[in-house]
Amino acid sequence: MLFFSYFKELVGKEVTVELKNDLAIRGTLHSVDQYLNIKLENTRVVDQDKYPHMLSVRNCFIRGSVVRYVLLPQDGVDIDILHDATRREARGG
Amino acid sequence: MSWAGPDEILLSTSLAGFLDKKLIVLLRDGRKLLGTLCSFDQFANVVLQGACERVIVGELYCDVPLGLYVIRGENVVLIGELDREKDELPSHMTCVSEAEIRTAEKAEKEARDLKGTMRKRMEFLDFD
Repeated sequence: MLFFSYFKELVGKEVTVELKNDLAIRGTLHSVDQYLNIKLENTRVVDQDKYPHMLSVRNCFIRGSVVRYVLLPQDGVDIDILHDATRREARGG
Repeated sequence: MSWAGPDEILLSTSLAGFLDKKLIVLLRDGRKLLGTLCSFDQFANVVLQGACERVIVGELYCDVPLGLYVIRGENVVLIGELDREKDELPSHMTCVSEAEIRTAEKAEKEARDLKGTMRKRMEFLDFD
């Protein structure tokens, strides 16, 4: 559940989600669930000309299984806290 | 079984906030379905009422009516809410009939295949 908890910390931040079909969407992280499904608000597609059908989409739900990357804000992660949490998770606690 | 209250719906990743809204559903094969969300579950299986497929070829598009659709969750890539205030497509795009869009699709496929075979034949030149 580490990554679920981690993504929950990022709610409200601006992220870019790149999907396995190369579609990249930038938006404010609204919520995330245990499957790492993602809901974004105020979305805009990075390459808008290539995806005209996404023009009027402002809120969207992305299925966790189709996500390739999530690009985080520069200050999106405190490495020390993440290290500790990773060790704790690895120990099974 | 308990039902989520309005606040929980708004804050969760659940699709409940999209019920009765006009949505665009992108599928794994690249198809784009439009329709009103009737139902969903935790796998993102969804039921769309008044579904249609939006076929886009270059600057042309066509909404092909389909009816009531149940989409298996594994095929879903993205579900987007269509903002009624905004234009669904750029203004330079033209709506055409289903027959016209099929012709355009075929022409595009042929052009793509031709490009493929030309490239194959020229492979010995080793470009890139």
